[in-house]
Amino acid sequence: MAILRGRGYAAVNYPTGMNLGGDPTQALVHATTTGNFVVSLSSVDLGQGLKTVAAQVAAETLGLPYENIIVDTADTDTGPHCMGTFASRGTHRVGNAVIMAAQEAREAMLEAAAEELEVDAADLETDGTGFIKLKGSEEKKIHVVDLALAAHFKLGRTIAGRGIFLKERSYPEPETGKMDPDSAQAHACTVAEVTVDDETGVVEVLHMYNVYEVGRAINPAMARQQIEGGAWMGVSHALYETTEPYYPVREHGPRDFEEYLMPGPADNAQMTSEIIEFPAANGPYGAKGIGEMTANAPIPAIANAIYDACGVRLTEMPFTPESILRGLDELRARA
Amino acid sequence: MSAPTTEAGGFDVVGKPVQRLDAMGHVTGRTQYFEDYNPAGMLHLKMHRSERHHANLVEVDTSEAEKVKGVVKVLTYKDVPKNWYTILTLINVGYPEEVVLAEKKVLWMGEPIVAVVATSERAALEGAAAVKVTYEDLEPIFDVEEAIKPDAFPLKPHGTNYFEYEGHHCRRVRLGDVEQGFAEADHIFEFKYQSRPIEQAPTETTGCIVEPQHNGRLKIYSDTQACFFTLDNTALILDVPFGKLQVVGGTVGGGFGGKVDVTVEPISCIAAMQTGKPVKYVYDRYEEMQISSPRAAERIYIKDGVMNDGRIIARQCTLYADAGAYSRHSPYAATKAAAHMPGPYTIPNVHIDSWCVYTNRTPSSAMRGFGVTIGDFALETQMDRIARELDMDPLALRLINAYRDGDMKAHHKVAEGTALIEVIQKAADLVGHELPGELRALSSREGR
Amino acid sequence: MPSSVIEITVNGSEEEFIAKPGTTLLSALRDTLGLTAAKRGCGVGTCGTCTCHVDGEAVMSCLVPVETINGSDVKTLEGTTPPEGLSPLQQSFLDNFATQCGFCTPGMIMAAEALLAQNPSPTREDVVTAISGNVCRCTGYESIIEAILAVGK
Ligand code: FES
Ligand code: FES
Repeated sequence: MAILRGRGYAAVNYPTGMNLGGDPTQALVHATTTGNFVVSLSSVDLGQGLKTVAAQVAAETLGLPYENIIVDTADTDTGPHCMGTFASRGTHRVGNAVIMAAQEAREAMLEAAAEELEVDAADLETDGTGFIKLKGSEEKKIHVVDLALAAHFKLGRTIAGRGIFLKERSYPEPETGKMDPDSAQAHACTVAEVTVDDETGVVEVLHMYNVYEVGRAINPAMARQQIEGGAWMGVSHALYETTEPYYPVREHGPRDFEEYLMPGPADNAQMTSEIIEFPAANGPYGAKGIGEMTANAPIPAIANAIYDACGVRLTEMPFTPESILRGLDELRARA
Repeated sequence: MSAPTTEAGGFDVVGKPVQRLDAMGHVTGRTQYFEDYNPAGMLHLKMHRSERHHANLVEVDTSEAEKVKGVVKVLTYKDVPKNWYTILTLINVGYPEEVVLAEKKVLWMGEPIVAVVATSERAALEGAAAVKVTYEDLEPIFDVEEAIKPDAFPLKPHGTNYFEYEGHHCRRVRLGDVEQGFAEADHIFEFKYQSRPIEQAPTETTGCIVEPQHNGRLKIYSDTQACFFTLDNTALILDVPFGKLQVVGGTVGGGFGGKVDVTVEPISCIAAMQTGKPVKYVYDRYEEMQISSPRAAERIYIKDGVMNDGRIIARQCTLYADAGAYSRHSPYAATKAAAHMPGPYTIPNVHIDSWCVYTNRTPSSAMRGFGVTIGDFALETQMDRIARELDMDPLALRLINAYRDGDMKAHHKVAEGTALIEVIQKAADLVGHELPGELRALSSREGR
Repeated sequence: MPSSVIEITVNGSEEEFIAKPGTTLLSALRDTLGLTAAKRGCGVGTCGTCTCHVDGEAVMSCLVPVETINGSDVKTLEGTTPPEGLSPLQQSFLDNFATQCGFCTPGMIMAAEALLAQNPSPTREDVVTAISGNVCRCTGYESIIEAILAVGK
């Protein structure tokens, strides 16, 4: 009886966005008298951080501090249309729509500043701290709060912008499946290190190495949240989860978190995560979507690590202790 | 734990680990989820569900339910203006084949039959339990390959147990000539893979609160992942102008694909319209686990023709996604799976058949990575098996087959922005896995 | 069974209300008192999103009939949040990016607060045990464990 150690690999790609029947998202950006900019959306944040991404992209494009951005989302009366949060589309679609809206708003902002400062808009720049200033000059500048007030009450100008991103429809050709189903592909390679107890069949995941090519990490801390939270879900899918433990028989389905098995905080594997950036031509600042794919590569990496450890080839998910023990029995019978 | 490294590329805000906009609300408990709204006089909706996998409904008796103290409304299919629906109708996929409330038969255990609306959650539960249904059992089908046999009992109005793709039994992808590839290959590897349904299991369950407004419109507080998608589908089911509805949400306690079906809003709207009161319908944990759509169980066959040097020259994949009783997002999942196969590898001869099959189980739908997650399990296990059989380094096998910029994918789209080679090289570095010089020198940017 | 009059202290203020038999503490907090930081992730004691303190102990409030704790001192996340700014533990959750959808966060923080009150220098194992009844579907727990350990001395 022994604790056997193994290492397994998996490499995957994953599509950013979908194309069914056309896939649009819109954004509106406008300045209030406070100098804050409101990004209006109807997009949904499930915890992946879409509101934060929208604010970062808006701040970057406007050339203003992150703190000046207010994200107002998910009221169908006040926010423009969004298809929704799924298919790893949020960062890509919303990000692009916000950039377009923020660019238009930025132009309006610079034009208002040009009128107020009596210079040419083309000679103006933002300094990232809230000032719009004449390039090369330290004196000729105006703070966005003063500019917003002037625009409203003196210049009679709006500082606003509209944006949309549309992935055009592409229906698959029935015979060949020829289609254009996505906007980009993100990539990952996972290495899993596991132990298998050949007496109990219990698998422990010791270490997950997660390498992701994400186009651009708009927020590296949140990208890491996705990568490591997803890796955890991958471990969970691989070793524990199902609503139908006796599939295809439907009996004994779990009803709550006691019966639906998932790893707990005591079961954590060590994680090493690396991000590579090859900006996507059509991505917002080059970003691709990685929200979904992070649970994918861990599953086969663990299956392959189990094989490496004990010689049992698992072809049915999840990889329960029972299935490993049965596999070991078969190997012994064959030997 | 090492943090991911990244280059900010000269930006001020992009590429920086700025604090999440929503974190302050989360750690103080001030973030508002839909269920944190508690309008005065709110009613509660609970469902009486099928106790059978497949049955005709002989009689549905709601008389006892109506007598339960606190019950104000009992709704059956007769109360639903457009009881037959399908959510992908918005993008021209499929036809109405699911019912909001069961009419003459049930196709899965848990299918909603009668909605009971009451002044308290407890009364609604009691009322739902008091509904009496007489069933005439029919033989259930639980296996995807049984379901598609010509003599299988047809579950669907169109007379087959699979979704039809423009006259085909499945979504197909064809590149080159796979039979010729097999004939030329040095080795053939053919294996089968299987998964079981998996629940998204967000900590917040699916639900909504519908509140009639002063102007005659309905405001829907929802944890949907897609506000307008929910609005549009709900309006179609209610047969009201889209403008009558407003959806408010956007702050969701985890979704993972589990909250893109439109299962709670339409019936709640009907209850709110009939009572003139705010109505809450939220899944309990049991419903989230067993009633809400899981990730489909999949069965996948992969047959590969491989040369002695590891080049895969032909790959045939047959996928069966178990959609359960109704389509929901599964017809699209099968298309997405077809486009994903044969994985991130350049293979000249590819033959993909991706089936969306109906059975008598909880309808499956979207989940994180749907159409791809289980395919990746099969593909990458297959790659490991091939490497083992050929006695090759598993990373080398992947690297020599990896797709690169300019390659033609199986679905006839030219690959760009590829980086499979680079993530493999990086992973090899991380774990000290030595790669020979020629594999180390490979680049996704250089054509083959 | 008749309803009962409940008198409990919640976050330092004395509350008096009438509850039907079997009303849970969670429902009393959320529906009667309007304190919604505690969440109902399962209602059956398996997720920990409803975690609150009763007389200093972390409990799953969905399992506690409120009539059984008459006279007790109850604390919720609303009560541990300073009027301005954040508690050290809350700040640590921010700094460690220990929250994604945030639905588990109130329960996690209450479980961790109870631990730190009793054991200001917990080990990793202590932390893991303290949150073992709390489910998080998003983070994989590691950032949460780190956030709690970072406030321990
Ligand atoms: S709601 Fe109390 S433990 Fe889940
Ligand atoms: S952050 Fe979503 S459940 Fe923990």
